[in-house]
Amino acid sequence: MNIPFMAMRKIIAMISVAMVLASLGSLAVKGLKFGLDFTGGSLIEVQYEQAPALDDVRTLLADAEYQDVTVQNFGSPVDVVVRMGNAYTPTLGDEVLSTLRDNDNVQVELMRSEYVGGQVGEELREQGGLGMLLALAIVMVYVAVRFQFKFSVASVVALAHDVIITLGIFSLFELEFDLTVLAAILAVIGYSLNDTIVVCDRIRENFRIMRDTTPYELINESINQTLGRTIITSMTTMFVLLVLFFFGGESIHNFSLALLIGILIGTYSSIFVAANLLLAQNITREDLVPTPKEELEDEMP
Amino acid sequence: MLNKYPLWKYLLIVLVVAFGVIYALPNLYPDDPALQLSTQKSTSVVDQRTLATAETALQDAGIDLKEAEITSAGGTLRFHNGEDQLAAKPVIAAALGENYVVALNLVPTTPEWLSSIGAGPAKLGLDLRGGVHFLLEVDTPAALKQRLDVAASEMKNSLRTERIRYRSVEVNNGVMSIRFLREEDQQAALELLEDEFTEYVYNTSNEGSDYFVEVGFTETARAEVEAYALQQNLTTLRNRVNELGVAEPLVQRQGSNRIVVELPGVQDTAAAKRIIGATANLEFRLEAGLDANASEVDTLTFRDGSGRTARLERDVIITGDSVADANSSFDENGRPQVNISLDGKGGSQMARVTRTAVGRNMAVVFIEHKSRSRFVEDENGELTEVRRSYSERNIISLATIQTTLGNSFRITGLDSPRESSELALLLRAGALAAPIYFVEERTIGPSLGAENIRLGVLSAQIGLLVVMAFMLVYYKVFGIFANVSLALNIVLLMAFMSLLSATLTLPGIAGIVLTMGMAVDANVLIFSRIREELKAGLPSQQAIHSGFNRAFTTILDANITTLLVAVILFAVGTGPVKGFAVTLSLGILTSMFTAIVVTRAQINLVYGGRKNKRLFI
Repeated sequence: MNIPFMAMRKIIAMISVAMVLASLGSLAVKGLKFGLDFTGGSLIEVQYEQAPALDDVRTLLADAEYQDVTVQNFGSPVDVVVRMGNAYTPTLGDEVLSTLRDNDNVQVELMRSEYVGGQVGEELREQGGLGMLLALAIVMVYVAVRFQFKFSVASVVALAHDVIITLGIFSLFELEFDLTVLAAILAVIGYSLNDTIVVCDRIRENFRIMRDTTPYELINESINQTLGRTIITSMTTMFVLLVLFFFGGESIHNFSLALLIGILIGTYSSIFVAANLLLAQNITREDLVPTPKEELEDEMP
Repeated sequence: MLNKYPLWKYLLIVLVVAFGVIYALPNLYPDDPALQLSTQKSTSVVDQRTLATAETALQDAGIDLKEAEITSAGGTLRFHNGEDQLAAKPVIAAALGENYVVALNLVPTTPEWLSSIGAGPAKLGLDLRGGVHFLLEVDTPAALKQRLDVAASEMKNSLRTERIRYRSVEVNNGVMSIRFLREEDQQAALELLEDEFTEYVYNTSNEGSDYFVEVGFTETARAEVEAYALQQNLTTLRNRVNELGVAEPLVQRQGSNRIVVELPGVQDTAAAKRIIGATANLEFRLEAGLDANASEVDTLTFRDGSGRTARLERDVIITGDSVADANSSFDENGRPQVNISLDGKGGSQMARVTRTAVGRNMAVVFIEHKSRSRFVEDENGELTEVRRSYSERNIISLATIQTTLGNSFRITGLDSPRESSELALLLRAGALAAPIYFVEERTIGPSLGAENIRLGVLSAQIGLLVVMAFMLVYYKVFGIFANVSLALNIVLLMAFMSLLSATLTLPGIAGIVLTMGMAVDANVLIFSRIREELKAGLPSQQAIHSGFNRAFTTILDANITTLLVAVILFAVGTGPVKGFAVTLSLGILTSMFTAIVVTRAQINLVYGGRKNKRLFI
């Protein structure tokens, strides 16, 4: 089987550029729907014995004069999350809980309550962005040292492509972006890089073995050789992520979703984008270390 | 010979497997809900008698006890379930009295032979166990202001002693300004202060007929004051948390002016917050005489809400910081009171002042530092939080000094027994050197924690089954090898988590599940290489050999980069996210070992050294 991936490169490039631009557009216009971790504010999750009518809950809280209240179900009809813009007091959680209990007429249990100060949220946002950039920078250096600069550019651009599109999807569909989603995005960087490295590794190896092939054919051949592995690994990972998405509970719902999206895009980018970028930079045999690496010892497992 | 491991390699693998199994084993034993008994005072200890008292009280209340034992930290009472544990807490607290601290805890049931070799279950994070996480910010500007206030009164004293006349002293925005009417006074004061108070920087300015000396901190002095405030608050918070009776609390500095407090298993979060955030302190002051200068007098209201006021001298005899011990009880009329013992310095100071003041009134002033935050729109139209701190001073009692007071006395005039016992606790634990704010709070109820564990374990099980089934179908016999390695990978991962006492969180469990999906990657890489080599016509032994060899560098590069990212995640993440980073990085390391070495060992064992036969791959 030999799929002419490189023949599709123009179309692929167009699709990728379009997706990235759409994502950037959405990020610029709509922005991300930051969760409590990043915006600051108060949140209370409670569990009712019997599913309440959310409008009643809203009325109850409005009557008690809480400001900017949003009431939503959280995973199931009996689980309710209340977010509010009230200034924090140490007793806020208990006050809201007793309001919801409505003079002990309703059975409500506190599941969790969270408060994040505005300052802290802002810092977490900065720290998160910084972490992402740092991850990309370190990856760039490592790949440049282990491989070659052109590989480094290719893989980092591919990673940025994955991150931007994942963020774009979160922005477009107004999915909540909290700390766990940030963790997922960083994990996507790790995973997608893993994929890209495997492809690059094969390209490097083939440059040493196949002396008479053009880079264009060589890259195409390399992608085809690693295609089976790329798909299998993505599949096993997708399986477990689907399990997490459906069984892992509401609090890691968006986390698994971000990983699912990210790994889907990551798989696509390591097949199409990274190699495409190598070709665009006119990679040649001479770019790779002229002295071939010595064969590994037999003792290696 | 090709594909044969020397014996020592097999032995090494067996050893690692045994190690993994043993150290992962404690996680299979569920924790017991328990009560932890401890004592804060040197006069009382937890011994068999204490346990006997507790046991009798439990029997009377009809609560079933599983086991009682003396440990190095005090005593542990184990219960069969969480309800018994919760019901027992007030019973035991009442039976043992104030000298003992009773805390809810989860105690591992690791068998002795395991704990003797240092094995124990992995620690559960707050999101799995329930509890509270606070991030507190120390108000360092307030600490600086407090220090300047103290310096102001010292400087006033010096100026008075040297008969240098000043008009007023004000402290504003971290700068103290002293106003003089004559330039000579300004110059004389500057000379004197620069000589006596070296940790400040001085500036002079003139405005109309007024001459000012402005006093500010030097950079080092400022840093010292800030560091001291943080350190002092850490100590005080540790004391308070210990007094609260929480098993395995965490009180830790974060950054330059923040403190993290984590209290696992705490259910009464309101009480915890009240105690941790409390800034109550006491001051003892004399009532001002009728002829006292108005500038030396404060008029304060009584705390009982009667609206009465009293005129008190500005000078403070001692503050709550001089209290060595305090506990609450009831006076002869059944009203709550706090018995106080002063430390040596405070005692002599009190004696010195009261000796000459017999017959006068002394007031006990209750101080609370509070802050109000409100949201205001800034120039960009965004809401920002503005915090303003202020202190509230109220008189809780005003009584005539009958005789010279010494080291110990009592305070009455408190509202409720709760107030008296909390005041006693705060005096014992010490006051905060600077006000603190809650900048982040996360409370996780115990039922959510249990639910998170259930969901996490369920997804891990399903995830494992799905991956194993897939590998089996796709790679047949080699799939079995990979699955054995995968199972061992999880065992090793748990063993390392336990051994490093890393904290397991819900995202951490997600990390384990994700690792399962990714851990097979190394085997997938190797197996697809072997398939390729077979297709290229290599005999099976050679195919296995070169499959492993050629996949090795790829695996190494791919995993190291992922590891780098995981490390960054650990550095920037907090709490649960850190837990994810930990399981992810450990998972990468253990999976490299299992997928490469253990899978190879199995293949060598089955196929190695024989005539080339058909590989079921």
